[in-house]
Amino acid sequence: MSIELKNETILEIVPTFRVQWEEVQNCYVVLYPEGMVKLSQSAGEIMKRIDGEKSVIDIIDDISNAFDGADVKEDVMKFLEVVYGNGWIRSK
Amino acid sequence: MATVGLEASSQARPLWLLAELTYRCPLQCPYCSNPVEMAKYKNELSTDDWIRVMQQGRKMGATQLGFSGGEPLVRRDLEDLITEARRLGYYTNLITSGVGMDESRILAFKEAGLDHIQISFQASNEELNNYIGKSKSFQHKYEMARLVKKYEYPMVLNIVLHRKNIEQIRDILDMTVDLDADYVELASTQYYGWSRVNIDQLLPTKEQLKKAELVAREYQEKMKGKMKVIYVIPDYFENRPKKCMNGWGNIFLTIAPDGSALPCHAAGQLPGLEFPNVVDHDLEWIWDESPDFNKFRGTSWMKEPCKSCDEKHKDLGGCRCQAYMLTGDATNADPVCDKSEFHTKLHDDVERIGKLAGDEKFESKPLIFRNMKNSKNFTDKKTPETV
Repeated sequence: MSIELKNETILEIVPTFRVQWEEVQNCYVVLYPEGMVKLSQSAGEIMKRIDGEKSVIDIIDDISNAFDGADVKEDVMKFLEVVYGNGWIRSK
Repeated sequence: MATVGLEASSQARPLWLLAELTYRCPLQCPYCSNPVEMAKYKNELSTDDWIRVMQQGRKMGATQLGFSGGEPLVRRDLEDLITEARRLGYYTNLITSGVGMDESRILAFKEAGLDHIQISFQASNEELNNYIGKSKSFQHKYEMARLVKKYEYPMVLNIVLHRKNIEQIRDILDMTVDLDADYVELASTQYYGWSRVNIDQLLPTKEQLKKAELVAREYQEKMKGKMKVIYVIPDYFENRPKKCMNGWGNIFLTIAPDGSALPCHAAGQLPGLEFPNVVDHDLEWIWDESPDFNKFRGTSWMKEPCKSCDEKHKDLGGCRCQAYMLTGDATNADPVCDKSEFHTKLHDDVERIGKLAGDEKFESKPLIFRNMKNSKNFTDKKTPETV
């Protein structure tokens, strides 16, 4: 289920999944029926920005700005493709 | 990155809180996982008790909350409990037969913030479904499943497989496709709860399981990305046990209707447990300090052959309930393990049942259904039969 994610594609979390910050775990998690995946810090930074308004390039720029202009494009794209394949996100 | 299951953290934390709201149920499935001695449990926790438990669980890091039973829809305060659970930040799962549900309640649950609904089916045809559940529920379940999807819940359909329905697995999976399920859980009857009582008539044969697995795989492939088929392979034909519940007191915390806290919903049958109650203790003490939750935690409780086994961290000795029910001693290795002295006895028993399977006269023997009357008959019988 690979797709070509374009810069202008607006992304949203698929409604059957929920992303939230967990104080006790000290990380973002993805919740779904009877299950949970803990996100690494970088995965959390990406997932928390997916809000049905930002496009792929918005997300990349936003993260880059938050981390001193680091070049994150390749890593973010790779991650987005994986979670798209997982069915966690979709284009709006 | 893991995509399924609940990840274990390094420190044991109750990530999964199962709230068994009641043992009352309009269905009488003869393989129910509720304790056979459920008639002993007289009291049910109040709404306030449950809210307190949910608050304490959330503080300890619990994210998943299952409303189960019995039939949780029997509780009229379910909507209130869901509202509070969602407010606390839980992912809320309703595990139901669908009996007692209607469109207005589904809508009310949505407004309360319910995240997911799991409906059980007993079979893919009306006659068998209604026979197994002892309830005219098939059409209603079908209707409810449609509504669950209409209101855009993720939907899990759960079907327990046994000798009376396993050969219809293709029809069952076609039904789940028709209902547009997001997840399908197929779990075979094992040696627990009420299924233990009816095991001779329910246990699928090795051949049946093999065939069913092939069909399940076919649908896993065919429905990839649309419907996730989870086929739980029973372990009694294996030589190593499963890491049951991901380890005793490691992730799962079950609260029985009367407030007894258990590391697993089947653990109520084990002797020597004290059943700390949430009315008397807070969850933190129960989880961290209580003798019950430490009893089989880790590996220090083990005796041979587990104690010196180099795989002990992998399966943690298997299932304590299965060990108890099949060997009479919960500290024994799960007899699924071929290092257990009871292993051949288990296989002999499975073989014995395999020989009974298909015999028309035997197969038509009445099942012992799960109801309070039958439970009362079992309540005094303390020692389980060993194989």
